[in-house]
Amino acid sequence: MTAPAAAYGKALDLITRVRGVRGAMLVSAEDGIVVAEQLMEGIKGPAVSALAASLATRLRRAMEAAGVGASLFWHLQAEQGALLVVPTPAGTLVVAVAEPDVNVGLVRLELLRAAEVVG
Amino acid sequence: MPDAIKTLSSQLAQDPDSLVFLRLGELLRQKGQLDTAHRVALTGLERHPHLPDAHDLYARILADKHDYERAFDEWDMALRIAPDHVGALKGLAFLYFKVGDVQQAAAHLEAAQRAAPDDPGVAQALAMARGGGPGAGGTEPLTEPEPIAPAAQPLEEARVFAGLEGAQEGLLLLDASGRVLGGALKDPTGQDVTDAVAAYLAGVSQEAARTVKLLGLGRWTGLAAEGTLGHVHLAPPTSDALLLVVRDRAVPMGRLAIIAQRAALAARRWLEAHA
Repeated sequence: MTAPAAAYGKALDLITRVRGVRGAMLVSAEDGIVVAEQLMEGIKGPAVSALAASLATRLRRAMEAAGVGASLFWHLQAEQGALLVVPTPAGTLVVAVAEPDVNVGLVRLELLRAAEVVG
Repeated sequence: MPDAIKTLSSQLAQDPDSLVFLRLGELLRQKGQLDTAHRVALTGLERHPHLPDAHDLYARILADKHDYERAFDEWDMALRIAPDHVGALKGLAFLYFKVGDVQQAAAHLEAAQRAAPDDPGVAQALAMARGGGPGAGGTEPLTEPEPIAPAAQPLEEARVFAGLEGAQEGLLLLDASGRVLGGALKDPTGQDVTDAVAAYLAGVSQEAARTVKLLGLGRWTGLAAEGTLGHVHLAPPTSDALLLVVRDRAVPMGRLAIIAQRAALAARRWLEAHA
């Protein structure tokens, strides 16, 4: 994590202002701990972050083994929503929780911008 | 109609930048002159790459030629340019219906109906997708999904993905513990990486299910990931199985999703047959 704490809020703002996003988090990819969050009430940040980090680790290893390189963005799709994640080179996961009809392209773009801010 | 084709061809020859290629291409398509229609549409698309109707026309021709993956890309592109494009929404609904994803088909038709509430074809197709009467999709009636794998040879019947593109290098079916049930994976150098990838994916289905349950998002339906060198798509053909599709970055994510849907349907059938 290279950015000052004040930058985290700015990074999360980029994501949560997108229509259909229910919340955003910065998560340590190594241990699944929440670094910063802006979540709607009812979303269990710590539990979700732990599972997201575990999924990210498995996915990263599987993708590297498959020869498709490092993961740049992933999108877990569900009947009533989605989890969208961009891993940063420094080991942070930028995570968004979204409604099913969210503009995925736009969220992806903002996650990538947030990842640049976070470093 | 031949006169119309002659007239439109003449107009297009006089003014190659005109939009008359749309009518000409559609007329040729309707007449079954698919190769000529293909050439006309492609030339028009080269001149008008940001015209959604050009992508829609090209997609219809590709669908008539049974090139569904490229048709998907073209309709997808039309929607990116014009999100309410009725032809593209109907076309994608047709393709989704064709691979058995009735929910997505209905969702696209509902979007088409919102954009064109007076279009009787959309209402008819929507009724069909919801299990009602006959209807029409993108280029032909919405019918029962076709079998995914063509009539398999006896030796191929044991293979999950027989007949599917990339069955032995980019498709993998695993059980909950990561045991390989079918397919195989090779990395870009041609080395078999099936077992290594399978080992890392053991338990992913359960973790994905737990994550979305915790978020109250219902059932997980897929996981798409972009890599620096390629794309992957994971899907749960059943609650205790996991499907992995891997392709290089040249394959768009939308196309990968439809490949995954076809493979998931084949996997589901295979798992049911071998239950």
